[in-house]
Amino acid sequence: MLEGIGLECVRGERTLFRGLGFRLERGALLRVAGENGSGKTSLLRIVCGLTPPAAGELRWQGENIRSLREDYWKELVYIGHANALKDDLTAQENLRIGCRLAGLTASPRQTADALERFGVGRCAQLPARVLSQGQRRRVALARLGVSAELPLWVLDEPFTALDAAAVDNLQALVGEHLSRGGAVMLTTHQEVGIAAAGRRLDLSA
Amino acid sequence: MLKLLQSVVHRDLLLAMRRRSDVANAVLFFVIVVSLFPFGVGPEVNLLRAVAPGVVWVAALLASMLALNRLFAADHADGSLEQMLITPAPLSVIVFGKVAAHWLLTGVPLVALAPVLAVQFDMPNDAMLVLVTSLALGTPVLSLIGAIGAALTLGARGAGVLTALLVLPLYIPVLILGAGAVDAAGAGLDASAHLMLLGALLLFALACSLWPIAAALRIAVE
Repeated sequence: MLEGIGLECVRGERTLFRGLGFRLERGALLRVAGENGSGKTSLLRIVCGLTPPAAGELRWQGENIRSLREDYWKELVYIGHANALKDDLTAQENLRIGCRLAGLTASPRQTADALERFGVGRCAQLPARVLSQGQRRRVALARLGVSAELPLWVLDEPFTALDAAAVDNLQALVGEHLSRGGAVMLTTHQEVGIAAAGRRLDLSA
Repeated sequence: MLKLLQSVVHRDLLLAMRRRSDVANAVLFFVIVVSLFPFGVGPEVNLLRAVAPGVVWVAALLASMLALNRLFAADHADGSLEQMLITPAPLSVIVFGKVAAHWLLTGVPLVALAPVLAVQFDMPNDAMLVLVTSLALGTPVLSLIGAIGAALTLGARGAGVLTALLVLPLYIPVLILGAGAVDAAGAGLDASAHLMLLGALLLFALACSLWPIAAALRIAVE
């Protein structure tokens, strides 16, 4: 489904990785591992098409994502390092607007359910400013609850700031997505069950 | 696509309503600067009439620029901009929505307040009408050009000063035409040539600025 060929990433003067290749099939999970600063986030940004690789190419269903552009982005959900939440909007507004920008049509019922599922249903009407770090992360991740039909999920450190219950919850959601035939690419430092199940792509090597 | 445009404008207006002081800043700046001139220049009617077009236009231009750094910087900092860059719709649509919201928040209040402020300069009625028309045509151009500057300096240190340096030279034609139109009307001449040129500038800016803004945003986020 997604294939990286000979990817190279250069940040400033430093080459983070070179000649990197991977394949991600339907229903598979790929965990990107490596120490801090080894280029995990950079790789995910390349995968999302936010940063062009210094060399190599990424193919989605056999076609280069640079030429697919919008056709590729409509298949993808990316939860980045930053939560992309607006402090002045409520959790629910944040989720609704995030979905609309991503071209997803989510009914108020669906967004409420997604927030409920991540245990932030109670805070739906509170401005994001007053939420804790973990709650903000949960609101950002609630996007996944309405992204079931998008085949590719790219998650950058999704487990940071989450408590044990939320980690289990997220793992269950990722598991459902995999069994639905979706593909997931994620980075994490925590040893969580679901990540161990997938293949590992080590950047430090 | 129209729905996306609508939701971007709605989002930015909603954010501005939750933070009214930010919007009020630019408008208040405009009112204060324009209102101070009659005190400084003195009650000489002919002199006031002569400086009015320039004063109102320069103040409008600076007020519009004041709000520029807010345009993309906050979205860049909290990661929303990244999400906007990977939407399934053309980025120009989102950019257009954001610039439109910027104009609705800074341009429209200026257009609405200008006639009230122009009274302080004893501006004749037909000149006032031309002032409103010229601002209505000119302020969207300021927003569009300003957005190019804001996008190019995104993430740079001292972005505010840099934006001003980049954008001010490009503002000058708008200033000359806008103030010129009001001047002409004040002298009893036909201002339609100035206004048509301003209209042409607006169409040109609409057609040519969205793409460079989108490209600059992509580079800034890389």
